[in-house]
Amino acid sequence: MADEPRPSPNRWKRFSDWDERPLRLDKFAIEDAEHGFVAFASPNDPRPALAVSGGSVEAMDGVAARDFDMIDVFIAKYHLDPVVAAEAMAMPSLEIARMLVDMSVPRGELVRLAHGMTPAKLAEVVAHLSSLEIAFAYGKMRARRTPGNQAHVTNAKDDPLQMAADAATAVAFGFDEIETTMRVARNSWSNAVACAVGASVGRWGTLFQCSSEEAEELKIGMAGFTSYAETVSVYGTEKSFIDGDDTPWSKAFLAAAYASRGIKMRCTSGAGSELLMGFHERKSLLYLEARCLCLQRAMGVQGTQNGGIDGAPVTCTVPGGMRELMAENLIAVWLDLECASGNDARATESEIRVGAKILPYLIAGSDLICSGFGSILKYDNSFNASLLNGEELEDYLVLQRDFEADGGLSPVEETRVFELRKHAIEVLSAVLEELGLANPTQAMKQSVAAASGSDETASFMPRDVALISEAIHERGITVVDVIKALAKRGFVEEAQNLLNLVRLRVSGDYLQTSAVVRDGRVLSAINDPNDYAGPGTGYRVGEGRRAEINAIRDVLTREEVLRAEQVHKAAESRRIAYRTAGSAATSTDSRDIVIGVSPAFGIKLFQSVAGHPLSAILRELVQGIAEEGGRARIVRMKHTADTSFLGLSAARLAGSGIGIGLQAKGTAVIHQKDRQPHNNLELFSNSPITRLEHYRRMARNAAVYARGELPEPVVVPTRGEAMGSRYHARVSLIYAVETEMTSEGAAPEELEISFLGASA
Amino acid sequence: MSKEPLSIADYPLAEKRPELVRGKRGKGLADLTLDAVREDHVVLEDLSITADALGQQAEIARAAGRPTLAANFERAAELVDVPQETIMRVYELLRPGRAASKEVLLAAARELGETYGAKGVAAFVAEAADVYERRGLFKKRF
Repeated sequence: MADEPRPSPNRWKRFSDWDERPLRLDKFAIEDAEHGFVAFASPNDPRPALAVSGGSVEAMDGVAARDFDMIDVFIAKYHLDPVVAAEAMAMPSLEIARMLVDMSVPRGELVRLAHGMTPAKLAEVVAHLSSLEIAFAYGKMRARRTPGNQAHVTNAKDDPLQMAADAATAVAFGFDEIETTMRVARNSWSNAVACAVGASVGRWGTLFQCSSEEAEELKIGMAGFTSYAETVSVYGTEKSFIDGDDTPWSKAFLAAAYASRGIKMRCTSGAGSELLMGFHERKSLLYLEARCLCLQRAMGVQGTQNGGIDGAPVTCTVPGGMRELMAENLIAVWLDLECASGNDARATESEIRVGAKILPYLIAGSDLICSGFGSILKYDNSFNASLLNGEELEDYLVLQRDFEADGGLSPVEETRVFELRKHAIEVLSAVLEELGLANPTQAMKQSVAAASGSDETASFMPRDVALISEAIHERGITVVDVIKALAKRGFVEEAQNLLNLVRLRVSGDYLQTSAVVRDGRVLSAINDPNDYAGPGTGYRVGEGRRAEINAIRDVLTREEVLRAEQVHKAAESRRIAYRTAGSAATSTDSRDIVIGVSPAFGIKLFQSVAGHPLSAILRELVQGIAEEGGRARIVRMKHTADTSFLGLSAARLAGSGIGIGLQAKGTAVIHQKDRQPHNNLELFSNSPITRLEHYRRMARNAAVYARGELPEPVVVPTRGEAMGSRYHARVSLIYAVETEMTSEGAAPEELEISFLGASA
Repeated sequence: MSKEPLSIADYPLAEKRPELVRGKRGKGLADLTLDAVREDHVVLEDLSITADALGQQAEIARAAGRPTLAANFERAAELVDVPQETIMRVYELLRPGRAASKEVLLAAARELGETYGAKGVAAFVAEAADVYERRGLFKKRF
């Protein structure tokens, strides 16, 4: 049997490995301009052109005025500034592209020129930029200086208790806006009350929206519960727009209606929507999106939710798709619109693609980096999973720290979040009781406070919520009733916070471009304009903000490491005793193998990185050497802490010429007296995965070398763990203790050890 | 009123020009306290934006180089006192295929202009009627 050829696989099995990667769940589409699958330049895209006569547009991007569709009409009339157009359209696109990345060309000058450019011109300019250049230009051109972020707060049961707890949690992490939606449409009023109340816990100023049907959403806004809206979608082709059941005029009317009610509003558009809706007119994704964005500026909305949005996944199936999403965001900010820059619909199953997608936005900054970030678990996201979710929030916090970039969020201590969640649940429960809407039980509250997601709660179910929601609606409960209920139940801080938010409407300051509320102040593109003009200008992470970003949890300190060693010291003193026996001499006994230990070994350090007591390692070494007929001698080196030199120094003292170097952190080497320091016999560099049996085999091999024979080297198996990321911070702290104790020229010292009763 | 339009130095109004900020029943920001809400001296109407405030924000937007945003605020100012039902009805008529003919939209435009003095919005709706006619949007879709 053994000699018969085995069936041979007919593929390189690496492909089978790759088949199992999450990436392979992503599907990719071939570039195909005829069918709309092209990111940047379709042969069917028009060449940029504009004919103006007597102040009115006669032709735009290859279409005569008499043939304009309704989108063209709207852009030509309300977007294009005829005074600037002649100048802007005459400039070579490459030259304008270079101005976008030239820090000495002010943002304001580029915004002025954009107001005279047609959609095809804007698309042609940004297509000249690489991804790096787009990210840079985005950082320069975005409207507000201080970056921010938006969260989704939803759950699979529409449970108001969880909604309130999660809203308070999102507020604590620093989101400037939170957005909710429902599993069941009629639950919108309950969601609105729960999120508005939850968001009033901890601080005030987080803007809130409840994404629902247009008329309903406006009604909820008028009742005072919400402070912004962003689900006013526009499309880049006339037929898509009509299938979206709107026109530029109906949407512009709605935009004015929101402003008339004192509600902040932005439109939504993103590449791929026309493709998904079947009316792409064989144009590129970017060109259609440039039309959408010109249209939004024409409508007079302050901003846009833009960057693929629901179309992001299909956009990411084509070559250059992610670059296209960045390019359309650039056009948005270049047109001087607030940009909630997508990074929401999860466009990939690959965590590497997720990380790569978010990075340019994190380092360039954005008005709202995600629109939004799933602050809840993926399965609780009623918008569908986001690019980043509750599961990955800490990864994002660490990315901020890694790149010293302000992604709009701050770490929050575990106990603080738990307290806030419990408090938010109590606050909302009081409102529900006070308004006679529901009486949550203690068990419901407790289950929600600790729950990571709705699978773990025993709380309201969608049908219960429908009753609450309909009661709010039918009884005409408004935010004023909620504020009064909060105050009556003694939640004065939350009542005041909610009142502060509603009061923003009176002045309308937060209707201006890119407005958020920070520390009780409206911050917008007017009083916090992006003034980037090169290094040292624009938004910078200040010392205070840096400290917030850096405060991630479980950060190692030297004190903590040394404290742990003190605990090990007590345990080790019951297992082993060391006695110094003068300067170590060179032996002539050919069975003599020296174990050279490091300066702090058993004095300040007591346990290897793998968690083995140093006494246990010594026991393995001594016994292993004895098993192969050697005799172990232990010597403390004081002139070096380096593994190689420990080993070589030990070998030179050994009668056999073979030594073992052993650091307190567990790193070891077998050495021979006549070799170069770093040319050893066997090295055990991965101490975190070196088990006691490996030390035993290492010792046996040392004894075999001492006999002049060649053993099978010990291989410590690794599964490719990121050893450095797990241990290097601790290792560096520990190793510094060793190097501090070295002194040049100090003589090695003979050690006598005795193992005591207690075992490891 | 021939006074100078507001500039970006007046922004945010709540901080820089609080004396200009008044709710619908004339209450200033300092009157909008929690105690006043508890005692029913402040109601939802006091927490609403006014046409004046939108006009002021339009001036600021224009001064900040955002004429289209200013125009939106001006349309909004005209809609402040238009009842919600009317707003939703006109919005519905502006959606594709809702109005059966140009005349229906033009009637809505007249209503906005004549009943509510919303001249700018009326012209905007009338403009839509022209475009919808040319693009064939008065077709029933469902």
